[in-house]
Amino acid sequence: MSTTGAAAQEWEAVRRKVLRDALGIAVAVSSYGISYGAIGSASRLSVAQTCALSVLAFTGGSQFALVGVLASGGSPASGTATALLLGSRNTMYGLRLAPTLQVRGLRRALAAQFVIDESTAMAIRHRDERVARLAFWTTGLSIFVLWNVATLVGALGASALGNPSRFGLDAAVGAAFLALLWPRLADPVARVVALGGAAVALLLTPFLTPGVPVLAAGLVAVAFGLWPSVVARPEAAR
Amino acid sequence: MIWAAVLATSVGCYLLKLAGLSVPARVLESPRVRSVAMLLPVALLAGLAAVQTFGLGRSLSLDARAAGLAYAVVALLLRAPFLVVVVGAAAVAALVRAVA
Repeated sequence: MSTTGAAAQEWEAVRRKVLRDALGIAVAVSSYGISYGAIGSASRLSVAQTCALSVLAFTGGSQFALVGVLASGGSPASGTATALLLGSRNTMYGLRLAPTLQVRGLRRALAAQFVIDESTAMAIRHRDERVARLAFWTTGLSIFVLWNVATLVGALGASALGNPSRFGLDAAVGAAFLALLWPRLADPVARVVALGGAAVALLLTPFLTPGVPVLAAGLVAVAFGLWPSVVARPEAAR
Repeated sequence: MIWAAVLATSVGCYLLKLAGLSVPARVLESPRVRSVAMLLPVALLAGLAAVQTFGLGRSLSLDARAAGLAYAVVALLLRAPFLVVVVGAAAVAALVRAVA
């Protein structure tokens, strides 16, 4: 009886910590949400379109990508293509999470929307599957709520300000992509791929329709990713 | 057309997430697929950052946006939070435009 009492107490402590971490990361991520909302509605998207992406697509990198490609004069098709290529990493996260989450039917359909960078990172930190599941759901749900509120605030704020280049909002887009990229640059191979991707995109800009040079930059990742010594790296097996 | 892109992106992003939870792990287990998938965001985000900063339609341009990006690099090296990086870059670019 006392051991179950102690176990319940311990679980309660773990539960609180997981919840606190989830809210903390959601507050941090909401600053991306405000930036995204502002940049989105200051570019070619309406407030409704900017917000719809946050509810339905709910994956920051892809949302920024669609907005960015459209802002630089790219076609909607190349914007969508870039967004989907960026979103493909969520498939890898899902594969990693599936054995832990054990979800079927409606629960799986709901869980899928929450498969993003942060919920995956928070879930895979825990060995205990029950804690990992709790971390996934609480992180996913808190970010979903705050991300959408933040998007609306940013979108309404920017559309009230007016002319985006007067406030340097066009420069904010490049800075936002760099900030999203930054944590991945700890890996030396990633640094080379990043420089290669930037170089390819810029070199092709004068020759191709806007939006397509960024897609071509993705080929740098394919070339390096298939390089035998890169495939064999222990980091690649994670 | 913008709505079409918004909806196509939304449906596509959701299906990519759902596929990860639904597909048997061995389908995408190849080390090559994994290796490319992990590097793809790096190349695309770098390409996007470069084009957003130096691209102007079909030409390249060195303008106030470059000053904004330079500020962002310094801010990131100093481990500044996301909002400080992004808002600061916008402010620097606006300042350079006001002065120039």
